[in-house]
Amino acid sequence: MKTKIANWGNYPVIESKEERFVFADQLDTLIKDQQPFIARGNGRCYGDASLSARTISTLKFDKVLSFNADAGFFECQSGITLDQILAVIVPKGWFLPVTPGTKFITIGGALASDVHGKNHHVDGSISNHVIEFDMVLASDEVVTCSPVNNSELFEATCGGMGLTGVITRVKFRLKKIETSLIRQKQVKAANLQELIELFDTYKDYTYSVAWIDCLKKGAHFGRSILILGEHATIAEVNENQRSNPLALPVNKQIVFPINMPGWVLNKFTVKAFNFLYYAKNLKKEINNIVSYEPFFYPLDKVLHWNRLYGKKGFVQYQFVLPLNARQGLVEIMNRISDEGLGSFLAVLKVFGKQESMISFPKEGYTLALDFPIRKGLLDFLDELDELVLKYNGRLYMSKDARMKPQMLTGGYPELEKFKSIIKRYNPDGKIRSVQSDRLLLTEIK
Amino acid sequence: METVLILGATSDIGIAIAKKFAAQKYNIQLAARKAEQLVAIKSDIEIRYNVECTAHEFDAIHYHTHTSFFENLNPKPDITISIFGAMYEEDNAFDEWDLTQMMINVNYTGVVSILNIAAKFYTGRKKGTIIGISSVAGDRGRASKLIYGSSKAALSAYLDGLRNKCFKDNVHVMTVKPGFVYTRMTENLPLPKALTSTPDEVADIIYSAFKSKKNTIYIKWFWRYIMLIIKNIPEFQFKKMKL
Ligand SMILES: Cc1cc2nc3c(=O)[nH]c(=O)nc-3n(C[C@H](O)[C@H](O)[C@H](O)COP(=O)(O)OP(=O)(O)OC[C@H]3O[C@@H](n4cnc5c(N)ncnc54)[C@H](O)[C@@H]3O)c2cc1C
Repeated sequence: MKTKIANWGNYPVIESKEERFVFADQLDTLIKDQQPFIARGNGRCYGDASLSARTISTLKFDKVLSFNADAGFFECQSGITLDQILAVIVPKGWFLPVTPGTKFITIGGALASDVHGKNHHVDGSISNHVIEFDMVLASDEVVTCSPVNNSELFEATCGGMGLTGVITRVKFRLKKIETSLIRQKQVKAANLQELIELFDTYKDYTYSVAWIDCLKKGAHFGRSILILGEHATIAEVNENQRSNPLALPVNKQIVFPINMPGWVLNKFTVKAFNFLYYAKNLKKEINNIVSYEPFFYPLDKVLHWNRLYGKKGFVQYQFVLPLNARQGLVEIMNRISDEGLGSFLAVLKVFGKQESMISFPKEGYTLALDFPIRKGLLDFLDELDELVLKYNGRLYMSKDARMKPQMLTGGYPELEKFKSIIKRYNPDGKIRSVQSDRLLLTEIK
Repeated sequence: METVLILGATSDIGIAIAKKFAAQKYNIQLAARKAEQLVAIKSDIEIRYNVECTAHEFDAIHYHTHTSFFENLNPKPDITISIFGAMYEEDNAFDEWDLTQMMINVNYTGVVSILNIAAKFYTGRKKGTIIGISSVAGDRGRASKLIYGSSKAALSAYLDGLRNKCFKDNVHVMTVKPGFVYTRMTENLPLPKALTSTPDEVADIIYSAFKSKKNTIYIKWFWRYIMLIIKNIPEFQFKKMKL
């Protein structure tokens, strides 16, 4: 039975037959079937990376296999969400070594995108903390990969968008925490220049990210709030919090009920949002202790906030530019501001060094922006692509729904190697997605 | 802590019920035909909920193993929940006796065999709960559910009788009649969304009904009325209908 599915950006929407498995032998049967497919986690990538005419959902393959609460090792099936992992590990004094801005993703999806968090500059991406994983190949053979075992396949799978096989089991290291709270510092920056300097001043903070208002021009161009954090120690929290330092946050979720009509999200609402967010933080600097949830997952509180962008959906545009390409950052932000194409969310982060085959992060500035789908948008983004390439940058495949193949080639120097590995392990393009067809990673038949 | 035995623990509903009871701090005994499939479910429950969980091989149609299966459980469960069942394409079953027999043997004979044993133990101890999962399909025989429905009808009658038999010995028997549920069994059927429940919903409803000692429950409540209407259609009319 085919149904309509889409990922987080609600663009594109396709017809797909979604199948699922609870046990390994059921996955085996699904893979033996000749029909091409792609693995799908919780559909939190924005675009078409986990869409295909046939998708194999991992969400029911979600069991915890082992947890060593002394050494901090966690082993689980690939379809478990970070949310469920946190519920197990936080009360025992452990945390995810790396987490993206939402906890509603699966560990399989995290690895296939090699996700980064606010701590990339100190801890790298998720694959840096993986001890080993199991994967089922297109041939339905099971392989165990680690940085030393089948290392090439390991590398091509981390950030490889599910094209090498289906990850089934992941074992990774956790991070020790004394409390479930975060010692947060928020600092206001009047413009981009000041923000970049602040990033530098506070580079020793484990967690850092900035919210930018991209619509401000002139002296306030790049006006922003830098958000910094550290896991709070027992000594840093108050007596009340000390009585139950590893408490899980109490969940009060708001559900965004319907798709908003497109006109709601015009330039004014974006401006208003940015203004409100900025005004809320009137003081130059705020220091406080908060639960990990609003710190890491501010958007998760509003379930289905993606509906804010209306039926047509939106795309997220996330690029990284090398540190020496600050001019490029300014140029791109200027283009966006000139165009008046509102972005509800503009998030800037500085990546640390990373060597990898196909993962997105590399040392430099990464900016993520949302653009509601409207006429002329795709052409405009093609224009931005040229700027990103000009400054030696690249785009994040996990957020992509529209780039052209040459954009990928231009951004990823090891792309040919990646392609040859796909050819070896997935020779007939049995594992393929709408994205991999579009980007010519799998040959269209 | 009390212990719950779950017969048919690899089914979607079985897993959901195991998690629900474990979250309420019951120890769990998982039983299923393919015991190797229980390994991951067991570790998952132990680690997530910090309760004791054991895995046991159990085959509904190997009736003669049932006594020793139950005897080997240590501790004995305080609550026994039977969820297992078989559903084949009705047309195929009509043509092939083996499939017909299998459905009857799993859905009726197998349940009776194991629940007789549990019931004897509980009445002897003057304490215990038995929960049997039947189906709304057992409320009236229909062409489209000929064998499945009749096996569930027999099961519902058995559970009614068992409740009656065990009541004086302080043993509670609860009959659960789910309607449409999203499971592997039904994933290729276009089910009406409003009438269909998820395994987690089923588990929640069963748990609260168990707590308030209900006798027969429908999941969801309106199935009771849907089936009431279907039961009351006069036979001369009903036999002409495509149901
Ligand atoms: C609000 C929000 C904030 C985000 N913030 C960040 C962030 O800060 N940093 C960041 O890096 N990302 C971020 N993301 C992106 C998100 O982390 C990734 O897209 C992630 O991969 C989604 O995982 P998923 O389980 O939903 O998988 P899906 O979206 O379903 O799939 C993503 C990719 O993983 C593949 N895949 C999934 N499961 C498997 C498997 N078992 N085996 C093989 N391949 C598999 C799919 O084929 C697909 O290519 C954010 C997303 C949202 C919605």
